[in-house]
Amino acid sequence: MKVQRVFKRFVVGSAALAFSVLLIGVMLEPPAAGVDLRAAVSANLAVSGVAHPVTAVLLNFRGYDTLLEIAVLLLALIVILASGLEALSSRPRAVDPVLQTLAQLAAPSMIVVAVYLLWAGAFRPGGAFQAGAVLAAAGVLLHLTGLLPGWQAPTLKLRLGLTAGLLIFLAIAAAVLSQGALMQYPPRQAGMLILLIEAGFTVSLGLILAGLFLFISRDPGDPT
Amino acid sequence: MIGLILLPLVWASLAFVLGPGRGKWLAIAGLSAQTWFAFDLAQQISAGKAAIGHQVGGWGAPLGIDLAADGLSSAMLLLTQCVALPLAIYASAYYKRDDAAGAYFWPLMGFLIAGLNALFVSADFFNIYVTLELVGLAAVGLVAAGGGAQQIAAALRYLFATLVGSGLYLLGVALLYGAYGTVSIESVSLLVTAEAPRMVWIAFGLMVLGLMLKTALFPFHYWLPPAHGGSPAPVSALLSALVVKASFYLMLRLWIGPFAPLVAAAPWLAWGPAALGTLAIFWGSWQAIRTPRLKMLIAYSTVAQLGYLFLIFPLLNGPGAIQAGVMQAFAHGLAKAAMFVAAGVFIKATGQDTVAGLAGAVNRLPITLFAFGLAGVTLMGLPPSAGFLAKWQLIEAALNQGHWWLVLVVLSGGLLAAVYVFRVLRQAFLLAPVDTPVLPFTPVPRTLEWTAFALALTSVLLGLRGVELMRLIQAVGAVA
Amino acid sequence: MTSALLFACVGAILFALGLAGVALIGHLLRRIFAFNVMGSGTFLILVGLAQRHGSADPVPQAMVLTGIVVAVAATALALALTRRLHALTGKLELPADEP
Repeated sequence: MKVQRVFKRFVVGSAALAFSVLLIGVMLEPPAAGVDLRAAVSANLAVSGVAHPVTAVLLNFRGYDTLLEIAVLLLALIVILASGLEALSSRPRAVDPVLQTLAQLAAPSMIVVAVYLLWAGAFRPGGAFQAGAVLAAAGVLLHLTGLLPGWQAPTLKLRLGLTAGLLIFLAIAAAVLSQGALMQYPPRQAGMLILLIEAGFTVSLGLILAGLFLFISRDPGDPT
Repeated sequence: MIGLILLPLVWASLAFVLGPGRGKWLAIAGLSAQTWFAFDLAQQISAGKAAIGHQVGGWGAPLGIDLAADGLSSAMLLLTQCVALPLAIYASAYYKRDDAAGAYFWPLMGFLIAGLNALFVSADFFNIYVTLELVGLAAVGLVAAGGGAQQIAAALRYLFATLVGSGLYLLGVALLYGAYGTVSIESVSLLVTAEAPRMVWIAFGLMVLGLMLKTALFPFHYWLPPAHGGSPAPVSALLSALVVKASFYLMLRLWIGPFAPLVAAAPWLAWGPAALGTLAIFWGSWQAIRTPRLKMLIAYSTVAQLGYLFLIFPLLNGPGAIQAGVMQAFAHGLAKAAMFVAAGVFIKATGQDTVAGLAGAVNRLPITLFAFGLAGVTLMGLPPSAGFLAKWQLIEAALNQGHWWLVLVVLSGGLLAAVYVFRVLRQAFLLAPVDTPVLPFTPVPRTLEWTAFALALTSVLLGLRGVELMRLIQAVGAVA
Repeated sequence: MTSALLFACVGAILFALGLAGVALIGHLLRRIFAFNVMGSGTFLILVGLAQRHGSADPVPQAMVLTGIVVAVAATALALALTRRLHALTGKLELPADEP
């Protein structure tokens, strides 16, 4: 048994080593003739509705990927709910008043930062994902300091909040279908539509990402 | 075509919000509409349109993402909807009201179907990666839902396998972008030649390897029997019938599409999948013959039947190979779904998951047993079933190109399938001896039995209407 | 060798390390970690290779953002399932593999 394991380690290890050497060697070769998308992105940036190229790619040119990606995130949360949650403990988490005060000061500023990130995404690195992540971090911080209890099975309101981002995106994507292709935002309204979609995303993402932690968090020392 | 992607996303989200009671009606309504869409799309393509494209956002590849439905895609879409709708009806009767496993079944199934539909029409490598993850995570979720330790372990094993598979695929996409600066299938097809840089060869190898892992091709099949054999019947049916076909479809698409020049330059590559497919047929059948548990038998049968799909790769130069592969996907999809559905009925009635426990089923559950038998007819490849048509085309293509040993493999596979199918049938026809206690047969809702029958009957009758399906698949590769 | 190409080469090593880790390690948490290392390696290659001539390209950056979100979703799922397995069995390794 031991020999088998050592042999397996040797085989896999040397294969991995050989593969990485091969890959590095291949990457050092001169590149093939290809397509340069940077020119296309810059050319169409003006009609995309935002000023930052990465946001434009993420929410306009390749917005379909973003649609599916938020579905993946929501799906992960649903799987976590489906695989079974343990009951919450009735004993409150031990709290440290200093930490709690800090958290109470930090959380509102984090919300403001999130809103700023959402708005700034149009001009510089930022946008819905970053904003949602900051919101979720605020939620986790509040939970860890005992100010926000862990979540059990989600209520109707929470479920609406979780799916709102995806549903808003679907609604807008389908609404413009009547005038052209899927997700073909009219150039004049593109900026506003993207902001609307991102706002929905931020709320949903914040809830989903926080939920990924809060649904499965159980206090240490709880009988499981 | 767009409706096929957006509609399941909508009803899946609403099913999550509204709960399983209303979720199941949303699902059945949504799937009915989708089945209509799929037939409509197939009709359009058969009527001569060759392929239907859609440029998301109006940008057009390579800047935007393109969707494209040709004959092959629309056939797979048709299969997905036609299997999913009966399974939804079955699941609505299968899961009792407060069943933990059924609480989130509907949103999970919805996202799975949405992912599958999106995968079949996507013409962008990176977009395909996202759809692969959507399908994979939904499948893992279905396996894990409401389960005990064994199911969770099976789900985790499946999760790691599927993540490594998509991880390998993603690395291939990264290398392709590094080589060509685009991830649009059409653009890449125009750029790949037989003198492509080594990076492209490695990308091709990685993608194929990742997809083989996801299709549970021998020897990467280790995750399939626990996942498919240990889940509730509707989940096993969805996984065996549909999910594993998605990665096979992708492998086929890559083989005949963008990487065709590479394959043409090194035709010996095709023997790899064919050899592994042969091993899968023999090994899977052997394990199916040996195992005492009913669902495990059916799961190993999936491992074996998937092997047939990979036998077509050396034959792709001549006509008929793609038709054989798709027909086999259809036949196996319908028949395996029917088998798992029937097994679910048996297990609910007898309370145990063993082949031995089926004694006396011929008296109590005749419809279900008949359905199982019909499904077995398709798997064995007896006329006039779709399975027969698939094997016939496979043998014809093999003989045309002089690979007589492939014919031997196909025929022996059919014989081995007969062994394990008859194993079940023989047990069910046994009348229980008088002195051993007969386990009580709990009555089972009629819906469950008739769904099994419907699926199995379709798989057999499809052989009679196979010509139309063949014509649909002719329109392959018109949109790269 | 520009710095972007160096990142890509490091990414290749990370990918290989991560893949070997997922294949060999039995402990579930470390396996999930190895998967993340593998993913990070892929993202480094995606961005590094595309930008190896020194100029920024927004398309692979957007793709990596999407990839990170998908990896987060998968990691969260894996961790939750591991936690559930631990709650049900007390173990942090999968039972011995099927033959």
